[in-house]
Amino acid sequence: MELIAEKVRQTYGSLDVLDDVDLVIGSGEIVAVLGPSGCGKSTLLRLLGGLERPTSGRVLLSGAAPAGSLNPLTYVFQDFALVPWRSVAENVALPLEHLAMTAAERAARVADALARVDLVDFGGTYPKQLSGGMKQRTAIARALVVEPAIFLMDEPLSALDAQTRDLLMDDLKRLWTETRFAAVYVTHNVAEAVQLGHRIVVLSRRPGRIRDVVAIDLPLAERHEGHPDLVAASRRIWASIRDEAAIAERELIDVA
Amino acid sequence: MSPDPGLREVPFRGGGFAPGNRRIAAPLTFAALVLLWWVATARGWVSPLALPRPGEVASALADMVASGEIWRHLAASVRRLVVGWAIGASLGVAVGFAIGLSTLARSTALPLVSALFPIPKIALLPLFIVWFGIGEASKYATIAFGVFSPMAIAAFGGVDGVERSLIRMAQSFGVPNRDIVRKIVLPGAMPALLSGVRISASIGIILLTAAEMIGAEHGIGALVLSAGNLMQTDRLIAGVLILAGLGLIVAFLIGVAERRLLGWR
Repeated sequence: MELIAEKVRQTYGSLDVLDDVDLVIGSGEIVAVLGPSGCGKSTLLRLLGGLERPTSGRVLLSGAAPAGSLNPLTYVFQDFALVPWRSVAENVALPLEHLAMTAAERAARVADALARVDLVDFGGTYPKQLSGGMKQRTAIARALVVEPAIFLMDEPLSALDAQTRDLLMDDLKRLWTETRFAAVYVTHNVAEAVQLGHRIVVLSRRPGRIRDVVAIDLPLAERHEGHPDLVAASRRIWASIRDEAAIAERELIDVA
Repeated sequence: MSPDPGLREVPFRGGGFAPGNRRIAAPLTFAALVLLWWVATARGWVSPLALPRPGEVASALADMVASGEIWRHLAASVRRLVVGWAIGASLGVAVGFAIGLSTLARSTALPLVSALFPIPKIALLPLFIVWFGIGEASKYATIAFGVFSPMAIAAFGGVDGVERSLIRMAQSFGVPNRDIVRKIVLPGAMPALLSGVRISASIGIILLTAAEMIGAEHGIGALVLSAGNLMQTDRLIAGVLILAGLGLIVAFLIGVAERRLLGWR
């Protein structure tokens, strides 16, 4: 299944947020969307998953969802969006509860998803007792449980500390190697983008336009910090965003 | 330059702002008040006409229990409170949720609720007696009406306070709206609903008493009024104590509900 953005433009009142974005996310491909603060990358993600309607242009799906996919376009949010009155297992079960399946099947799916993020022993724990990394792993389990074709990840590591971020990055690479999902990975962090992206789409400052697309052929498993391919890609990305970032930084005040 | 004051501890300046609860304190407070009452009446600081002794009130209570009179009054009052509160609270929660969830309800019902809230509901009892007769229905209506506004406002505030990111999350998984209301909005609004229950139950008891003083044969309010008319201050104080006890029981029940429903906090 492919996800296609066609001449997508988004404005809020007189504020142009995204302008003329064309993007195709192929199956099994991770597209990192990188850009300075307030460049509309989160807006683009909400448009891609149907949480917002574009002012003009279209967001399209082509091809059938893989068999067994219960929610083809599935988000992982920056703030985790865990339901505080539900335990870890109940949070993971939430997207299954309105679907027709036996309780045993639901329990088996939840157990499988928890196992894949190494949270088997924490099913009965409540979110407030979890560390940030465990919260995000819970949210990833909740996304895995519906077997998405395309993950829509909105800065999933931004709310975490550096060590946790590295561990979770390894988890994401392992999960991708296991299931070869497609993903749109929104981030402002160049290192994350080159670690995970097959292609890195660099957005300009507001109104966000695609400024550059950098492809990295190196397999995810071989992407160790300091690999020459990653260094070269980072350098190219930095060159294209540095000036933008400096200007966007000064503009931040009127973004809100 | 001031002289070097040498090695010393950093003064502690945190702490506080975290009130706990000593279980023994509440009964002790009540006991101390009764003791003060007893001393004041026994020493003659207060005239027995103005305030009977604790012993007299206790024996008045015991007489009412022995004759079974108290249960007649209590049963009538509790039924009015429960029925009136249940009607008002369920309507209030329904309207509050509508205000919290729909533009139409917010623009029509919210100003209405705001206009109804400050009306002293007891002023409407005569009207309700005209509509529903002197019987139970007019008392139910008064209590229900008084309970309605605070519950509607609590429910609407609670729904407004539910994190939108959780709702977007549920939508992103294709959870149907009905389930979003049941699984996200309702539990998210529960803390506000329970504090609404706390306030509206007390308003209910106030209106109950007032309504029973205006036109009722039985009920704690009727008991207090008739005792006052006959200068039976011992029975009057006994009735007031029963009302206070009713308030305590309601507070206890809400506490139980909070522990069960809000354990996740």
